[in-house]
Amino acid sequence: MTGTLKGLLPIAIGIAILFVFQAVGGPSMFGAYQEDALLVIGINIVLGLSLNIVNGFTGQFSIGHAGFMALGAYAGGAITYYGAIKLWGSYPPELPPGTGDLLFVVALVCAGLVAAGAGYLVGLPSLRLRGDYLAIVTLGFAEIIRIIITQTEPVLSKQEVSQHSTLSLFKYLGGKSIFDRIPRVTNFFWVYSVVLIVIVVCYRLKQSTHGRAMLSVRENEIAAEAMGVHTTRFKVRAFVMAAFFAGVAGGLYAMKLGNLDANRFDFQRSFESIVMVVLGGMGSISGVCLAAVLVTYAPYLLRDVGLDQYRMVIYSLSLVVLMVVRPQGLFGMHEAWTVFAGEAGRRRWQSFIGTPKRWYLGVRAYARKVVGT
Amino acid sequence: MVRSRSSVQVLVGVLSLTLSAALATTSAGCDKLRGKKKKPAPSASPSASASPSPTPGGEGGTILIGEFGSMTGAEASFGESTHKGIELALEHINAKGGVLGKQLKLKSYDDAGNPEQATAVVTKLVTDDKVTAILGEVASNLSIAGGQVAQDSGTPMISPSSTNVQVTKDRDHVFRVCFIDPFQGFAMAKFTTETLKHTKAAILRDQTQSYSQGLADAFKDAYVKMGGSIVADESYSKGDKNFNSQLSKIKAAKPEVIFLPGYYSDVATIAKQARQLGLKLPLLGGDGWDSPELFQIGGQALDNTYFSNHYSHEEPRDAVKVFVGDFQKKFGIIPDGLAALGYDAAMLLADAMRRAGSTDKKAIRDAIASTKDFPGVTGTITIDAERNSQKPAVILKIEGGKASYVASVAPTP
Repeated sequence: MTGTLKGLLPIAIGIAILFVFQAVGGPSMFGAYQEDALLVIGINIVLGLSLNIVNGFTGQFSIGHAGFMALGAYAGGAITYYGAIKLWGSYPPELPPGTGDLLFVVALVCAGLVAAGAGYLVGLPSLRLRGDYLAIVTLGFAEIIRIIITQTEPVLSKQEVSQHSTLSLFKYLGGKSIFDRIPRVTNFFWVYSVVLIVIVVCYRLKQSTHGRAMLSVRENEIAAEAMGVHTTRFKVRAFVMAAFFAGVAGGLYAMKLGNLDANRFDFQRSFESIVMVVLGGMGSISGVCLAAVLVTYAPYLLRDVGLDQYRMVIYSLSLVVLMVVRPQGLFGMHEAWTVFAGEAGRRRWQSFIGTPKRWYLGVRAYARKVVGT
Repeated sequence: MVRSRSSVQVLVGVLSLTLSAALATTSAGCDKLRGKKKKPAPSASPSASASPSPTPGGEGGTILIGEFGSMTGAEASFGESTHKGIELALEHINAKGGVLGKQLKLKSYDDAGNPEQATAVVTKLVTDDKVTAILGEVASNLSIAGGQVAQDSGTPMISPSSTNVQVTKDRDHVFRVCFIDPFQGFAMAKFTTETLKHTKAAILRDQTQSYSQGLADAFKDAYVKMGGSIVADESYSKGDKNFNSQLSKIKAAKPEVIFLPGYYSDVATIAKQARQLGLKLPLLGGDGWDSPELFQIGGQALDNTYFSNHYSHEEPRDAVKVFVGDFQKKFGIIPDGLAALGYDAAMLLADAMRRAGSTDKKAIRDAIASTKDFPGVTGTITIDAERNSQKPAVILKIEGGKASYVASVAPTP
């Protein structure tokens, strides 16, 4: 019982705070541009954290995360778009207060479930594979999803919808062109409520029996198997959970942007999530969050200071430097609050600040040698 | 046990309360946003509120125009070309005294070919920079992403070169100065039947690109209506390297021409393999062919091919000669179609501002919508009720590694 409470209380308090914040118009005080950045950051945190369950906790190298996101985005977009037309004729419904958001929540959950179902289907046969082979399967899966979506017919207009049965509507997702005019209902409250839920779920998972089992699969699969961990089952579970949250992130994304282009869900999108996980540290929740914020906000920040033409140079250089200085990611396997705690933490801190110092000393010694001769 | 159960009950109560309250207010918040978005239209452009009546030849000042484009990323060369065209247009406009006695100033941002960034930069242009109007994007998905923001904020936007039908659909603040995808298919069909006099065509389309699908479908429709027949309709996926099986099937169907509405890299490879298979017939395509790389990859195989485009720098018109001359003087290269369209978009916007007589966004929008027979570099532009432009397409013929102007195909009334 207390376990349930421990899990639900932070979510309840957080959602209440977020709700008040949204109600008093808090997000708009940042200005529309910064608010837009905050929404994208939130969605990317959800994406990064969900991938972290597979790549970070369970140590499986999945590079097909964009496929799950695409499924969620199209499922969520289709449910709000067609659902709103079927139920009310258009969006937003003026009459019953909150019903539009109810549809939105239903769409998000369905988006997650569709992606989770796909995650299960793919996971079951392919998670008996390891390493590179699994990576190739996941990549192939994401490409299949993308190609299937690109085969769907153009989106139906309000007038055309009534001539089709509800089930057949899923043939008309606008994959050949663009899925346009999805109601843009994602706002600060919804994005950060989902972020909060995902953070709590990830954190509690990491501490739980299931999480420990996943970590054991990452550390040594054979040893884990010997200890009685059903490795395939845990890999599939991790996959399904990750797919669910990726689907939800996709739904948020679809209803934030208002239009979907299937070609945007290519492997590059998967790699954006992978960069967050690797940069933050495999399995580190706070690390992945921080990495998602950094990677996502960088272009916004550079634009503000007028350096956006150097975006690619700065981005790639900082990635290289970070990977040289911290090959294990920002926080490694630890969290922000434990990484420098205790005796081991102190040593870690010293080596962390020691690296640039060593570099500086090395360069200085080299310079002296050059000047000396 | 009892204690914890009651606390759980309280918790559930709190949760359901917050949720239901959240549901109610977020919809209210939505309306609030909507209401707020409408407001900026009159107040967002400071120059408009400062001088509601136009001050012709007044005390100067500037009008800020926003531009968003792909200056980096896969489509960087498109963004660069368009930007140069817009720059030249502003130079020409400002040299002649600007608009309404004010100089035009350009604020441009890079969206890196990414729809999320396009949304972000257009939001920035509208809310932070408070631009009067927006010019932008080449790729249709980016124009749609940015166009939605422009639409919601009541800012007029002109896309120089997004040809997808959906860009302007249901968005009454979004216009374009290029023709739309179906028209290119129509123009090629008309050119094939009337000029080349061929009645049997094959289609080889890129099934992953909406651009290619749109052109292929439109060509098929128009061609059949004009009395031609489609003897084969094959497809491939962008990036494929081997097209022999599709081409063999096409060869067996004995067409007189092949319509290849793809992008230059695939098209050049297809042309090479078609010639190797002994298919000497004319190949036809759309503006996706327009790239210097086409000739680098395709070489000799491209002889006897035709493609439709927005403009040709060889077209014998004064407007084209002036534009090409000045562009070469400024940038040292011959302008491509995207530069010409960027130039036309900016010129048309300035023209609309003059006709509107003010920098009020609503007035400018209405003026753009009523544009008729505007003399652009890429042809005479009339904005129709769908906010698309009615204008001719140019047909180019490739011979000896060079594309040269053959004909213009006008839209039939």
